[in-house]
Amino acid sequence: MSEKNLKDYWRTNVRYLVILLLIWFVVSYGCGILFVDALNTIKVGGYPLGFWFAQQGSIYVFVILIFVYVYLMNNLDKKFDVDEK
Amino acid sequence: MDVQIWTFIIVGLTFALYIGVAIYSRAGSTSEFYVAGGGVPPVVNGLATAADWMSAASFISMAGLISFMGYQGGQYLMGWTGGYVLLALLLAPYLRKFGKYTVPDFIGERYYSQTARLVAALCALFISFTYVVGQMKGVGIAFSTFLKVKFEWGVVMGVGIVFFYAVLGGMKGITYTQVVQYCVLIFAYMVPAIFISIMMVGTPIPQLGLGGDLADGTPLLVKLDQLSTELGFKEYTTSKKSTIDLFFVTAALMLGTAGLPHVIVRFFTVPRVSDARVSAGWALVFIALLYTTAPAVAAFARTNLINTVNEKEYAELPEWFNNWETTGLLIFDDKNQDGKVQYYNDSNTEFNNSVAIPNGWKGNELTIDQDIMVMANPEIASLPNWVIALVVAGGLASALSTAAGLLLVISSSISHDILKKWLRPDISEKGELRAARIAIAVAVVVAGYAGINPPGFVAQVVAFAFGLAAASFFPAIVLGIFSKRMNMPGAVSGMIVGLVFTASYIIYFKYGGGTPDQYWFGISPEGIGTLGMLFNFVVSITVSQFTPAPPESVQEMVENIRIPRGAGEASVH
Repeated sequence: MSEKNLKDYWRTNVRYLVILLLIWFVVSYGCGILFVDALNTIKVGGYPLGFWFAQQGSIYVFVILIFVYVYLMNNLDKKFDVDEK
Repeated sequence: MDVQIWTFIIVGLTFALYIGVAIYSRAGSTSEFYVAGGGVPPVVNGLATAADWMSAASFISMAGLISFMGYQGGQYLMGWTGGYVLLALLLAPYLRKFGKYTVPDFIGERYYSQTARLVAALCALFISFTYVVGQMKGVGIAFSTFLKVKFEWGVVMGVGIVFFYAVLGGMKGITYTQVVQYCVLIFAYMVPAIFISIMMVGTPIPQLGLGGDLADGTPLLVKLDQLSTELGFKEYTTSKKSTIDLFFVTAALMLGTAGLPHVIVRFFTVPRVSDARVSAGWALVFIALLYTTAPAVAAFARTNLINTVNEKEYAELPEWFNNWETTGLLIFDDKNQDGKVQYYNDSNTEFNNSVAIPNGWKGNELTIDQDIMVMANPEIASLPNWVIALVVAGGLASALSTAAGLLLVISSSISHDILKKWLRPDISEKGELRAARIAIAVAVVVAGYAGINPPGFVAQVVAFAFGLAAASFFPAIVLGIFSKRMNMPGAVSGMIVGLVFTASYIIYFKYGGGTPDQYWFGISPEGIGTLGMLFNFVVSITVSQFTPAPPESVQEMVENIRIPRGAGEASVH
């Protein structure tokens, strides 16, 4: 693989990482901790929303984030022809 | 049939199953012993990782902790799951591509230094050892509480079973036993949770039940907030602890999770880089099943407990109350001699003056051990005896599976990182395999002994293990992958600063007489690993700017681990 291709591949990967980790940070540290009191004023199906993020929601989002990354990277690996046969 | 007979039958059956699996999956080479030959399918590895990860603390203690902490318990829920996102995105695929056996292997090669390898090996040993002692203690407690055998014999039985399958099967045996153990523990956790959820809020899904309505139409969480404040506790769903501390503790647990060697090493066992990514996803799915159920169990148990015991005549309490009193996990002391149980927050001065004293209460009369919230659940919900036995088997499965994973890290640190890579590089594969078996055998016995006679420091092990992993391994590995410029002086000085800072802070506040009002920015020792990690990053990056770049071969290696193709099996060098 050429030098430039490798750079592009890596840069795209890092961009995915930054976006996904930003979401990771916002749901757990943001919704679950920093803004919890504000969110708790909103009630969703018996849950105060901030409490829901801290004890349920962030965990679901974590799972989704990993599978999104898997999907993105499998496509990226194919596109740059660095996937494993 | 009574509980004890059921417990003997179910625990006996699960143990027989573990032994059977171990015999079926013996290890024949060092590669099989350290990383199961690198041929574990991703879903299977996810199951094994989940069992490896969820210890007796997750299974037995976590729901209880949450039920006393309320909202703040979220620090464990987020902290012990969020790390898997970091693992899947920042560590697992690259370490799999690197393709060696241990975390110190990576540190040693990436930073071209035997000293770095040795320091990493010693860290891995310390972290894993303190952790495993706690598991052994858990095994002893489970046996002694339910099978009425002596605590020491309980530990000996646990040691015996782990000895058998870890020494025989290495990582291969451990992996397949962990898969079975996950099934046992999740079944044991879900059955009572589902029954209680149906009983209390009429839905079989505990995750929804936590947001459900009680029989009288009030939402469970509203009721729980109300019950809590009526007894002088803070509201269940809101925060009390300082936000900055909550933030730091959650971060330390996440970063620690991602830096714990026994978790990382599981991702060396899958065949391909893309498998490492997806298997972290599966691991989190299986972990999330328990971790999203735990807060529901916590809220159900707390509501149930308050409703069942508070202001009730002691003589009329249900049978389970007396059963648990005999174990000492539930203590009733009728301070005002009125024959009723008063359970309230007697450290709340305002509440004491306005409610407790006018009512003639003379202090909280009920002491509840957090572990009871999970262990007594089946009895509180009047479930059949076999469910109680199942919970015991689940608790044992969680402790044994974690212990086995940790023991493997201990053994590979000794036989691979210290012996093969440092003391005796010319040792044959057969010799190394024998050394690995001896190391794991000795480690099991020592851990068992320490479980019976725990050294004083073990009680605080969680703060240590997570803090140190966060402050040492995590930055060194991440920088090793994401910065080609990172060199040996940078990484080593960063690790030393991170370790020394974190360890001194913890030691000062846990053993050196430090008091909470002296905390830096209000950060407790549990959360200090986060700051240690930040220091590590800053020092590493600064030092590496003023020292020579790493050799060409190392930079090539970094480029190579960034692309998945050509992973192959985890290899001998």
